[in-house]
Amino acid sequence: MMETIGTYAIALCLIIGAIFSLVGAIGLLKLNDSMTRLHAPTKVGTVGVGALLLASMIHSWVFSDGSFHELLIMAFLFVTAPISANFIAKVNIHKRSCETPPSPPRDATWGTLDVPAEDRDFAPADHKASS
Amino acid sequence: MSFATELMNWAVVIAFVVLALGQVMAMIRLVIGPDTGDRILALDTMVINAIGLIVLLGISQGIRIYFEVSLIIAMLGFVSTVAYARFVLRGDIIE
Repeated sequence: MMETIGTYAIALCLIIGAIFSLVGAIGLLKLNDSMTRLHAPTKVGTVGVGALLLASMIHSWVFSDGSFHELLIMAFLFVTAPISANFIAKVNIHKRSCETPPSPPRDATWGTLDVPAEDRDFAPADHKASS
Repeated sequence: MSFATELMNWAVVIAFVVLALGQVMAMIRLVIGPDTGDRILALDTMVINAIGLIVLLGISQGIRIYFEVSLIIAMLGFVSTVAYARFVLRGDIIE
């Protein structure tokens, strides 16, 4: 009886993971702005892979002596996803592939767009600080 | 073979097909991506999809050792994404 319930749970987790992976992939392909596109693949990275790993964990509990090893991958992915997203957003601001956000209250411009004072002479025109 | 086992096998097949489709879609974004940020994002998504595919392989074959493969690929994917973004931002990876 427990094995049947576990098998159903595995199938449910696999379907949920597949749906979220598909949604993330469609969003990555279909959204039409660099910063907007950043939003879609987070579904693949958290719920999609998370549900697949949960299915793997239930599988190991149902069909052999289980383990919690998959929690390591889940924790690692959940910790590193915001860091890489932050880096990619900084790349978007740096390459000006999105609308530049409004200037920060104290400094003249954003750190990644700023040019050090001794390099201002040969920096391209649109990369100079706005002050 | 009971209904539950059959359902699970079909779910594994569906998940394989969908993740492969997602991998192809991310590859299209990698090719057409108008800017560097989109390409980095597509590569990151492809790494995560690859982790999912390897986990599915482990479920369908019943082999437990695949989890170590996916853990190593997760670490490698994070480091490569950060290195790529840092190279674009600073022109150097280790300063």
